[in-house]
Amino acid sequence: MLSTHWYPMQEMNRLRNEVDRLFGRYGNGTSRPAAVAAFPLLNMWEDDDVLCVEAELPGFNLDDLEIYVTGGNQLSVSGERKQLERQGGVWHRQERGFGKFQRTFELPWNVDCDKVSATFEHGILSIAMPKSAESKPRRIEVKAN
Amino acid sequence: MTTTMSTAEKQSADVSKSETTYQSTFIPRFDIWEGDEELTLFGDLPGVAVDDLDIRFENRELTLHGKVTPRFGGEYLYSEYGIGDFHRTFAIGEAIDGEKIYAEIHGGVLTVHLPKTEKLKPRKIEVKAN
Repeated sequence: MLSTHWYPMQEMNRLRNEVDRLFGRYGNGTSRPAAVAAFPLLNMWEDDDVLCVEAELPGFNLDDLEIYVTGGNQLSVSGERKQLERQGGVWHRQERGFGKFQRTFELPWNVDCDKVSATFEHGILSIAMPKSAESKPRRIEVKAN
Repeated sequence: MTTTMSTAEKQSADVSKSETTYQSTFIPRFDIWEGDEELTLFGDLPGVAVDDLDIRFENRELTLHGKVTPRFGGEYLYSEYGIGDFHRTFAIGEAIDGEKIYAEIHGGVLTVHLPKTEKLKPRKIEVKAN
């Protein structure tokens, strides 16, 4: 779809991502504005061995969520939230929204696709992705002569 | 029905306590449905435990207070949403029986049931044939 609109926020994010990629940075510890209309919002942290991603998905059923890790560094989360069924009555307010979503996200490290695990509790999806061997920090032994 | 929202800057009343209080980091989203028997509120509160919730009904106002415990104490690599306190107030009309309000939380969604008082429920009027 062609669009003549200019979205300064998107432009800023794009520029920032470009610069970050150029310098090999991934927004260390800084909070970045989410992409426009991104859903779900993600938080990510790591230790030496594991990369963890968390997303808030209240009111979703586990059966309606799909998680893929492809190519070692692409995380894709998709799913659907059903509309609440109510017989008769009136909706005075509907802020929560429903429907389908999909989000694909580039990971800063390669991960071991076979060992990815996920839990879903209280509407929080937590994905633990063990880093692949080449992504882990390696301690270099220094031998004294 | 009108709804009022607290400002993000509004500090919770227990600031003086030694525990850490977080500023309101998000405004939970709600759906409000009205049937013949009750008014029902559905709110998205992911990661909120029952003990972290404080729901009060006074002076025709339903106030929801909550504290979301951070699930990670280290430095984020990437962070798009905050975790912390939230606060929301709804003005409730005269038609609700305050004694009978009850709430439940499942899968990060809070449901608050506000039953209507007897006198306001729709009543079918019998028409007798002579």
